[in-house]
Amino acid sequence: MIEPLWEVFIRSRRGLSHTHVGSLHAPDATMALRNARDVYTRRQEGVSIWVVRASDITASSPDEKDEFFDPAADKVYRHPTFYQVPEGVEHL
Amino acid sequence: MNDLFTYTLRLGDDALISAQRTAEWIAAAPQLEEDVALGNIGLDQLGQARSLLQYAGQVEGDGRTEDDLAYFRDERDFLNLQLCELPNGDFAHSMAKLLYFATYQHLLYEELRNSPDEMLAGVAGKAVKEVAYHVDHATQWVLRLGDGTEESHRRMQAGLEAFWPYTAEMFESDELVRRLAVAVDPSTLQDEWERLVMAVIDESTCSRPESSYQHRGGREGRHTEHLGYLLAELQHVARSHPGATW
Amino acid sequence: MLAGMDDSFQATIDADGRIEPRDAMPDGYRKTLIRQIAQHAHSEIIGMQPEGNWISRAPSLRRKAILMAKVQDEAGHGLYLYAAAETLGVDRADLLDLLHSGKQKYSSIFNYPTLTWADIGAIGWLVDGAAIVNQVPLCRCSYGPYARAMVRVCKEESFHQRQGFEILYTLCNGTQAQKAMAQDALDRWWWPSLMMFGPPDSASTHSEQSMAWGIKRHSNDELRQRFVDMTVPQADVLGIKVPDEGLRYDEETGHYSFTEPDYAELYEVVKGNGPCNKQRLAHRVKAHEDGAWVREAAAAYAEKQTLKEGAA
Repeated sequence: MIEPLWEVFIRSRRGLSHTHVGSLHAPDATMALRNARDVYTRRQEGVSIWVVRASDITASSPDEKDEFFDPAADKVYRHPTFYQVPEGVEHL
Repeated sequence: MNDLFTYTLRLGDDALISAQRTAEWIAAAPQLEEDVALGNIGLDQLGQARSLLQYAGQVEGDGRTEDDLAYFRDERDFLNLQLCELPNGDFAHSMAKLLYFATYQHLLYEELRNSPDEMLAGVAGKAVKEVAYHVDHATQWVLRLGDGTEESHRRMQAGLEAFWPYTAEMFESDELVRRLAVAVDPSTLQDEWERLVMAVIDESTCSRPESSYQHRGGREGRHTEHLGYLLAELQHVARSHPGATW
Repeated sequence: MLAGMDDSFQATIDADGRIEPRDAMPDGYRKTLIRQIAQHAHSEIIGMQPEGNWISRAPSLRRKAILMAKVQDEAGHGLYLYAAAETLGVDRADLLDLLHSGKQKYSSIFNYPTLTWADIGAIGWLVDGAAIVNQVPLCRCSYGPYARAMVRVCKEESFHQRQGFEILYTLCNGTQAQKAMAQDALDRWWWPSLMMFGPPDSASTHSEQSMAWGIKRHSNDELRQRFVDMTVPQADVLGIKVPDEGLRYDEETGHYSFTEPDYAELYEVVKGNGPCNKQRLAHRVKAHEDGAWVREAAAAYAEKQTLKEGAA
């Protein structure tokens, strides 16, 4: 994959903690940070941004229905039917 | 002739014509994140243009607004650098142009912040932060394209060289900037500009453009053929309905 | 599908809860969502073109700035939506391939041309107006990432419709030529805007299942009626006439009765025969292909840096 996926966390104001706002694609961390600034903060001052490679995130969510998977820590977008979309598939 | 009017117009036209070219990348950029980034840069440039043209109109004292100046002047009355009006070329060309121009603007605005003219100082104070980001953006791309693939390196080198002959004009001094106390004499910026730009070019693995003939004339309203077409598009609707409000 | 999964999935939906990426979900739900979210994202980025068309010619600097910000917002919305789709296990690059090859679609409204400056006003007022009617209910969609993306989109969209209306209001209170420009734009954009709500309920095939899954909250006809009721009074304020001879306010129901658009036109446009289909896609594909060497260079640079760091 040419452009890795990054998850973006923003602290919108002093006193608040970082919250997850979405994701974006960028070739490296430097560009990811700049893209996050452009896309998620539109030039606001005094904001803190974290970008993390999606593949570096380890996830576990006891409230979500994952008793059907390995209960050990897992990838953030782990889904039972995760697969590459084959070519020529109509309507997905 | 009103020196302050002319000087402010130079800076305002630089920003306006640059904004027009930058905006051409919207919906055409190499990836969506870049449509957003270049949109930001274009908006910054346009914002600077609006503040400066508004002020120029006030200083002139004839009641001309930012729109009167942007839409109802002819080519020979525009005082922007020729660099600003040149077509974008490919993405590498555009990043070369942005590197050259934004580095100049950053040095200019840093000095202009200290101008005894409150308005110019104010515009510069806001703009210097914006333009620092433009320099950073251009730098990140010049590095990546220069030191990316063979093809990107070739294109980056071509871009740096294509615009090199339009860079000396940025630093031209003349009687006007020397006698206008509130102005920044751009010739004082050239050495630092060259140091900064060459550092980026070196790190990008591109070669420094060789010294060449340098084009000039923009500050006297002598432009390339490109400005005519740019203005025709920019001004057409407004000129078709003279006196109308939008 | 595993036994028991279906029950908790449907129970969450019925309780108006949210399904999150790690939840088990029926195949059909996932596929429907991917298609819907992706096509919504594609609509945002294709939508940048008809409006982007007028940035260079905007007749005042203030209008130019507002339009640039609007089109930029649309790119951002595309990004939020692709990100939401990706939580379902697809890659944005693949979704773009499906757009470029014509296998996934975008809103047919963007296959119409913007012929005058007034069209920019009409798009903000009518097209964004219709989009808002469609989008606000989606903020309560059952799929968490999509609902959250929609909340963000709706917040940013608040100024889009207003700026379109303001453009037209200025034109309608300007010169004769400006007012005529505004009327002409309304004449051309009214029917396509009604078609944005899709075929009539009687002809809409997927709706029932989408409603049961909490993806679709209201029927096409319901939303279309809501749009007409909101918009006609606004046309009155502008002083321009909706091009529908059959338009009447019904005192009893409190709604406007209106002529249905010619859905044959909608089907043609969806099939690829609208005025701008080929042009929109070609422009998008060209931007993508022209940018390939840039994306490759960025990846190559990133890899070189990684190798350097590894060697250090």
